[in-house]
Amino acid sequence: MAVQIVLVGLNHRTAPVELRERVAFSADQARRAAAELRTQGILEETLVLSTCNRSELYGVPPEANANGLSSLEEFLVTFHGLDRTMLNGSLYRHRNGDVVRHVFRVAAGLDSMLLGEAEILGQLRDSYQAALEFGATGPVLNRMFQAALEVGKRVRTETEIGTRPVSVAFAGVKLAEQIFGKLKNRSALILGAGAVGEQVVERLRDRGIARVFVANRSYDRAIELAARWGGEAVEWNALEQALSLPDMVVSSVGVEEPILTRAMLERAMQARENRALFLIDLGVPRNISPDAAELYNTYLYNIDDLSGIVEQNKQARAGEVPRVEAIIDEHVAKFEAWQAGVELSVVMRELREKLSRERDAFLQRRFAATPDLSAIERERIAQMANEWIEQFLLEPVDRLRNTRDLRRKLADLDAVRNLFGLDRDKS
Amino acid sequence: MAARMTTLVLATLLLYVASFAAYVWNLYVEHPTIGRVASLCLAAGLVLHYYALLERAHAIHAVPYEDLWGSLSLFAWLLGATYLSLELVHQRRGVGPFALPFVIALFALSHFHRPVVHETTARGPLFALHVTLNILAYSAFALAFILSGIYLLQNRLLRDRKVGGMFWRFPTLDFLDRMSRSAVIVGIIALGLGVTFGFVWAHRLHGVYWSGDPKEVVSLLLFVIYAAYLLLGRTRAWRGARASALCVCNFVLVLFSYSIVNIYLSGYHRFY
Repeated sequence: MAVQIVLVGLNHRTAPVELRERVAFSADQARRAAAELRTQGILEETLVLSTCNRSELYGVPPEANANGLSSLEEFLVTFHGLDRTMLNGSLYRHRNGDVVRHVFRVAAGLDSMLLGEAEILGQLRDSYQAALEFGATGPVLNRMFQAALEVGKRVRTETEIGTRPVSVAFAGVKLAEQIFGKLKNRSALILGAGAVGEQVVERLRDRGIARVFVANRSYDRAIELAARWGGEAVEWNALEQALSLPDMVVSSVGVEEPILTRAMLERAMQARENRALFLIDLGVPRNISPDAAELYNTYLYNIDDLSGIVEQNKQARAGEVPRVEAIIDEHVAKFEAWQAGVELSVVMRELREKLSRERDAFLQRRFAATPDLSAIERERIAQMANEWIEQFLLEPVDRLRNTRDLRRKLADLDAVRNLFGLDRDKS
Repeated sequence: MAARMTTLVLATLLLYVASFAAYVWNLYVEHPTIGRVASLCLAAGLVLHYYALLERAHAIHAVPYEDLWGSLSLFAWLLGATYLSLELVHQRRGVGPFALPFVIALFALSHFHRPVVHETTARGPLFALHVTLNILAYSAFALAFILSGIYLLQNRLLRDRKVGGMFWRFPTLDFLDRMSRSAVIVGIIALGLGVTFGFVWAHRLHGVYWSGDPKEVVSLLLFVIYAAYLLLGRTRAWRGARASALCVCNFVLVLFSYSIVNIYLSGYHRFY
């Protein structure tokens, strides 16, 4: 029997969040599940991938377990103490080539809620690393997940699936980079503490921004946020002076009237000698007076501008899907060729062993009938028979290795096993 | 000789076009290997271009700035070389797709015309340096013009919030500004040295430094307006887009100097 790969799982498309929560695996649980799956003989190699959008069990069942998929499903139900009916219609099950394609698509971000997002690749890498350290994976899954990580990397360098920002925060930071280049020696002033504003700060910090100033109507809150973000608190009534320092301002304050008026920014631009100022207004109603956009060397983007960019980029990403699929196809073919190569060497080893056994038995019978042969002659005859076996195997091995079409016709090489009775010998 | 010239010219052209294609491709996928291929093709193109210039020099028995086409080719070569040097200094390739078309167009234009041989006298290395440095200055100013032009375009898109498509692959404003300034610095130094050599050479020849030729006036004017760009570009009133606009406008005078002044106004500055 050829080596099987199986997958049982659910994701944000097939299951609601309530169900995903119940089927999620913590790091500890993932480790325990991997151990149990192997001790119970359900899987030989295993990997648990669990993120907030998906829970998936990958594995290679032992040859004896022909019902790998259903026992894996059973395991999932009992492990989480679920009612069998809860999973109806939510679970997907894949085998072999479909599993390979699925994991490559996951790595490429095609299966993500946000097309092409990069986070999943990190999660996949972590899950694989954990499984590897725990010794849960084996040659097949190692190969498959390494290939998946490569696919994920390739599609992000060779296509635009992940380049254009598709979140408001990321769009803001990318715009800042279009203006200022690297953000390492730049600074930002953060007004208020909206959720998106906080995401912007995180992204800015990821990119090594030099200084973060925080202003809030409550100074205590400003100090608290500054401590959290590694920034410096600024007093609310010193806001105007504070504008002369940073390269960008991110504002998300709940107010009725703009906090930063045109006149205020005009004075600030004077004070900062017209150094470029990038203004991100995340507030609704708006925090920055729209006519400030007319000021020289300022760039003003409000939440709608950024959302518009995000929408446009999402469409651009969707347009990249065919190129990503082509890369995936290439790697699926590569993986299948590798798998076939491995199988081929196993089949050929079995065949060679069988022929050797047959030869020994045959020669023994014949030698018994011809006692006049000397020991040297017997030795030579045995040697010649050996050479003949090697010669006989040469051509079929070469053909199987180099003619992919032939392997497909032989249906996973099981036909060869069948033909020579290799499967019968084993049991 | 003519046949060899053609092969050399075609090979150079091919390398330049390959370099351009790789630069565009790199802008699109941003892959270090492709970027390196672009730079290497450009470098190889410049080497062959040098030999093409040499062939031309042999044919007319002079440095190939004695006719308009030859001087354009030298201009293209120096433009490519200046760009490549600045790329190495700044370690960014985003401007390649915009600089290469100029190199390719000028090169093709000049080498598909036969050299027009003038009566020339041997004038020695000082004169050659004078002319070559001036052409280097023009090519550096041309590069600054391209960079400032992209700056203005990019700045307009950013201010109008029309960001989409290739916008995300454009070089950043900060980088365009810095690279444009370094190109102008190269240009000013080359112009300063070139003009100085010119004066020294004129003094040897005629005994006077300054003869009031329109070309001399324009060259000094160029020196002033580009120095102004460098100095004003860091002041409150001019920082950013205005400085870039100034740099673009300055180039009009370069074109004026290179064409009208050469052909109609100057007494003895012909094509350089």
